[in-house]
Amino acid sequence: MDVEDIEIQLFVQAMRLRHGHDFSEYAPASLKRRVQQLVRTHESGTVVRLVDRILHEEGFLPRVIEGLSVPVSEMFRDPAVFRSLRDKVLPVLASYPEINIWQAGCAHGQEVYSLAILLEEAGLYERSRIYATDFNDAALAVAAEGIYATREARVWSRNYIEAGGSHSFSDYYSARYDFIKLDQRLRRNVTFLNHNLVTDEVFCEAHLILCRNVLIYFSNALQDRTLGLFRDSLVRGGFLCLGTRENIDFSPAASCFTHIDGALRIYQLGGSGAKALKK
Amino acid sequence: MTARAAIAIGCSAGGLVALERLLPGLDPRLPVPIVVCCHTGSPDVGLLVELLGRHSVLPVKEAHEREAADPGTVHVAPSGYHLLVESNFHFSLSVDAKVAYARPSIDVLFETAAAAWRERLVAVLMTGANSDGAQGLKAVRDTGGYAIVQDPSTAEADVMPRAGLDIAGADACLPLDAIAAALNRLCMS
Repeated sequence: MDVEDIEIQLFVQAMRLRHGHDFSEYAPASLKRRVQQLVRTHESGTVVRLVDRILHEEGFLPRVIEGLSVPVSEMFRDPAVFRSLRDKVLPVLASYPEINIWQAGCAHGQEVYSLAILLEEAGLYERSRIYATDFNDAALAVAAEGIYATREARVWSRNYIEAGGSHSFSDYYSARYDFIKLDQRLRRNVTFLNHNLVTDEVFCEAHLILCRNVLIYFSNALQDRTLGLFRDSLVRGGFLCLGTRENIDFSPAASCFTHIDGALRIYQLGGSGAKALKK
Repeated sequence: MTARAAIAIGCSAGGLVALERLLPGLDPRLPVPIVVCCHTGSPDVGLLVELLGRHSVLPVKEAHEREAADPGTVHVAPSGYHLLVESNFHFSLSVDAKVAYARPSIDVLFETAAAAWRERLVAVLMTGANSDGAQGLKAVRDTGGYAIVQDPSTAEADVMPRAGLDIAGADACLPLDAIAAALNRLCMS
């Protein structure tokens, strides 16, 4: 066995036994790359020296978690997805007196604000509550602040238009030097929470769950567990939106969901195409 | 001689034309998977897959996560995602930060393919206007894999093959039109 692969196993053991964070069901290739990146960031030379700090150094854990969660996203990423949510999903959600949305793995919050804008423009935001969760506290803090680099806003503005936005994207932020700050009114119905998809359980009854490009990092078994968690969290007829390249064909739990927009990975719990019913 | 188990190809600027010339020359009985990372700048790799499919003697499809790298199939990395090869020769994807300004990154494909197939991998680095792939090619050679670099003088953009030669060197530096025959030889024997 490769020495570095042995080291990665020691890393996974240390994180689980010392801190209760279980990465054993993460897709190995990208986990290994992230750990290698951590070694470079902290100039520890080897993974084992990193493990030493994980075991012994007070306060080091959050920096490791930050390096392992690598939040990369953009507002209205894959605009066609947000257009489909606007056109096909929100009209259904409009029939509920209260709308609960769970954004799982919200990272730096770009999609939370995208969602809030979508709901605002559909006139649904007042009766909506968005639970935005991540296992990385540092990312949650960034998400709550809603401050991003100005250069990103140009791409996001284009995405917003392609997603069918009915205003001007610049209505939603104030720009200062190299940064934009999103209108804090957008987060008035957002609750940010620490939740770990690997170990935590159902915590709300949701009408829509967004979890985009999180499952790609999970093994088949962990993906199946997570889809089961989503199934148990959704109301009957609730919606699930995944990343556009996520493949749930190998998951038994996926059989409860029907394609609403297959290419865009938008699903509905139950429905005519579903093989199994909830629970 | 080592039996080769997989081919990984990386290219960027000029890559479409180069692949359109390379793929028709492959032997239709080639018993190994071919994995391609080509920077396109387009948000959807579907067009590239379609164009390559018209020229290739082997089926061309987008690489899907959790699926196996199939022998005799050309798998193309999707736009906007890194394509990785797991140790069980299945694909996975990531949206981690860009590497060498690119996602998909050739370095990521080559490094993970090298870790999976080790000395049984053949990697090909072709035309491109940046240095993505050079570090990956080094990983391929470090694990005993076979590295082919397109002769920079035959490349539409020579930065990428030159960077590959500078950083990793190569087991063969070939003009574009000789690469397919070399791959057939390496993987059919």
